[in-house]
Amino acid sequence: MSEPPRARIATASLAGCFGCHMAILDMDERLIELTKLVEIDRSPLTDIKSFTRRADIGIIEGGCCNEENVHVLRDFRRNCDVLIALGQCAIMGGLPAMRNAIMHSDEPLRECLEEAFISGRNIRNTTHNIPNDPALPLLLDEVYACSEVVEIDYQIPGCAPSGDIIFDTLSRLLTGRFRGFGRDMIKFD
Amino acid sequence: MVADAPNGNDITRTGFDPGAEWFAALHEEPNGIDSLTLQTHTSETAAVAEICGGFDNDPHRMLDILRQVQERYCWISPQAMRVIADLTGLTPIAVEGVASFYSFLSLSLRGRVTIRLCDDIIDRFSGLGAITEAFETGLGIKVGGTSANGAFSLEFTPCIGLCDQAPAAMVGDVVLTALTPQKASRIAEALKAGQSPEDLVSQRFGDLSPHERAERMVENNIRHAGAVLLGPVAADAGLRNGLDLSPPQIIDTVEASGLRGCGGAGFTTGRKWRMAATEQAERRFVICNADEGEPGTFKDRVLLTERPHLLIEGMTIAARAVGASQGIVYLRGEYVYLRDHIEAVLADRRARGLLGKAILGADGFDFDIRLQMGAGAYICGEEGALISSCEGLPGEPKTRPPYPVTRGYLGFPTVVNNAETFCHAARILDRGARWFSAMGCQGSHGTKLFSVSGDCLNPGIYELPYGQTVQELLEMAGAEDAAAVLVGGPSGTMIGRDTFHRRLCFDDLATGGAVVVFSHRRNILEIVEYYMSFFVHESCGYCTPCRVGNVFLQKAIGKFRDGKANPGDIDYLRDLSSTIIETSRCGLGMTSPNPILSTLENFPLVYSAMVKPTRDRIRDTFDIQSAIDGARKLARRRSHIFDRDFTE
Ligand SMILES: Cc1cc2nc3c(=O)[nH]c(=O)nc-3n(C[C@H](O)[C@H](O)[C@H](O)COP(=O)(O)O)c2cc1C
Ligand code: SF4
Ligand code: SF4
Ligand code: FES
Repeated sequence: MSEPPRARIATASLAGCFGCHMAILDMDERLIELTKLVEIDRSPLTDIKSFTRRADIGIIEGGCCNEENVHVLRDFRRNCDVLIALGQCAIMGGLPAMRNAIMHSDEPLRECLEEAFISGRNIRNTTHNIPNDPALPLLLDEVYACSEVVEIDYQIPGCAPSGDIIFDTLSRLLTGRFRGFGRDMIKFD
Repeated sequence: MVADAPNGNDITRTGFDPGAEWFAALHEEPNGIDSLTLQTHTSETAAVAEICGGFDNDPHRMLDILRQVQERYCWISPQAMRVIADLTGLTPIAVEGVASFYSFLSLSLRGRVTIRLCDDIIDRFSGLGAITEAFETGLGIKVGGTSANGAFSLEFTPCIGLCDQAPAAMVGDVVLTALTPQKASRIAEALKAGQSPEDLVSQRFGDLSPHERAERMVENNIRHAGAVLLGPVAADAGLRNGLDLSPPQIIDTVEASGLRGCGGAGFTTGRKWRMAATEQAERRFVICNADEGEPGTFKDRVLLTERPHLLIEGMTIAARAVGASQGIVYLRGEYVYLRDHIEAVLADRRARGLLGKAILGADGFDFDIRLQMGAGAYICGEEGALISSCEGLPGEPKTRPPYPVTRGYLGFPTVVNNAETFCHAARILDRGARWFSAMGCQGSHGTKLFSVSGDCLNPGIYELPYGQTVQELLEMAGAEDAAAVLVGGPSGTMIGRDTFHRRLCFDDLATGGAVVVFSHRRNILEIVEYYMSFFVHESCGYCTPCRVGNVFLQKAIGKFRDGKANPGDIDYLRDLSSTIIETSRCGLGMTSPNPILSTLENFPLVYSAMVKPTRDRIRDTFDIQSAIDGARKLARRRSHIFDRDFTE
């Protein structure tokens, strides 16, 4: 008897801290259960860098703070049937979006970088330069939520979301039983 | 600089960082402060103490105290707040809570004359931009600024109730209307040359009666007088009739007339009075709501100018009906130019035995009224907030129930009615319930004042029986090319041409009186965005959905205007609106999404035309080129992903 085809999942970390990917591992032994249903394609977990085929589900951690994030996110949208924003950074920009709060400046990006690399109180940067290696992707004017750049199908809240809510959502999506989050899943205090 | 200050020894007014002084005040060590500062503090302390004393150090009169301190010192200094707190028995932070709430009070130094330009959408459409420029150039300051010599501050303010003669402005305590850039420049010159705001109105300002002054400043623009309010009115006939009736009979008459509140909500006035009258209590109060803050509404202004006796007569009748011995007229801060006029009317009525002890000789019928000035807060028109404000608190609505009729001012049963409602009540007592209820239509009896402004030939006041169609009113007002009409102000309904047959009454288009006309030249989304910014500005901030949600709504409309809206954003507007409506505590939050909801319903194409579809589920509204442009310049290199011509 042949096994049913497994769903293909791809993941990416954009402007995030990798905490959401760690949270995927928080599913613990349920990961074994899950791998019976899925195979993981492009992902930092597999170190596959580009899509080999179309994926059923794409999972995005982090919002967009640079051009590469935008590029990857668009690539995910083109290659995934269902796209999930995982965690607050992906949903709203999260912590990186704190730089969006620099509003009363003509050049908020410059101000942000100067404080981060030159003038900040605890900075010890002997070169007094802002890093500008040609390999570095250009930063965006602001940090954008994923849903501002592409259409997002589902959002899993939390910073980081619990292993429980990730498992619950994925397993229900895979079996066509997802009907939104239970109250206990999204109650944080 | 010091010599320029209104009283020479008041140097704390200049060049002081209020934050630093606040800190110093908290940690005051006598020998740590130089003697000059100490001296000024002492004189300010004495003056502020005198002001407090004038109100018996009563914390309930906080707004009056702060208004006077502001008037004298052009700000409420930390030092002043401390003195006030000491004398009224409150904490400094409680005093600061009040002082920071009202836009006419300031915690930093303002100029001796503040010029407030109405920046409502009506004024913007009638040339506010050029007028602002003329003031800015003439006074040498930007909006939001204060001149270096402390003479002037220039500010924007929401609707000041002069919409029929826009653009309009307050200059100190006077108002100026129908401004042009030339007029604005002349005003700026005159002020700089040392003329007082009053001089701008008339060189003989002091010789004019308060009523003459009001007439000199503001046109009444009564375009159509109806049978009840603006036609001939017999002086105090209603009050005299009321004396022959028992209080329950008065209430029966008012109830039988079908009179409903004219402030917007339309509660049956007779029932309101009965509820207050039957509540067990030692004292009761009658309050006239003359806050008239709904943009586009200016009918109470005309009543206060031309029918103040009728208004006070109505309040006196209400007092007899419910058994109140004290009343308050809450006059919006923007109408300070009418203050002396109303005070004169009150004094005249006291002198003639129409207010005070044993009114018209009726034993035990004692009633007097004080005038409470507001200080620039739309929310204070909401009856709970209005009561808070009269009690000397920040103008925050109260949780309901209890309603004011059971627990209102100082916890006693209180009747709050709109100014127009009281005027109607007095006329009903004069002419009878049947006379009144025969006018108008089913469910909406009598007449109503409509204040029409915007794109029409004859802006002004129309007193019409309830039930006329919008079209009929527009024809009278000469609004031939009306494309959209906002009935009831921003918290009301915006309708389009295809529904101009709708009727002005409680069962169809309810309105507190505002009817704002927009021609086809106007941009609906610009109008909506302005009104959302109005609610953002005026939210008292208590409920998160109102405080934050309205900001999000305003931003979302901005996205539509910029052509950056996604198809899903229309649902977003609806969802967020219903959340705000369902979860807000008072009428402001419950109606603030109306500009959006009513235009979504009546002008759907305006929205759908601005929505950009997505391709391949990738949003066109996100523009990568503009997003990386800043970084391109900073890094002095091009994008290897998004610049096609990129070569290593
Ligand atoms: C935000 C807000 C502002 C209001 N502003 C006014 C106002 O300026 N004048 C007024 O008479 N009623 C205003 N109201 C309605 C009052 O709360 C109250 O219903 C009214 O004064 C009752 O008087 P009436 O029954 O005679 O209309 C406002 C309500 C809200 C929610
Ligand atoms: S949501 Fe929290 S855990 Fe996830 S990437 Fe952002 S900061 Fe890290
Ligand atoms: S709804 Fe808005 S204005 Fe009303 S109480 Fe709440 S925050 Fe204040
Ligand atoms: S006074 Fe300017 S709009 Fe009402």
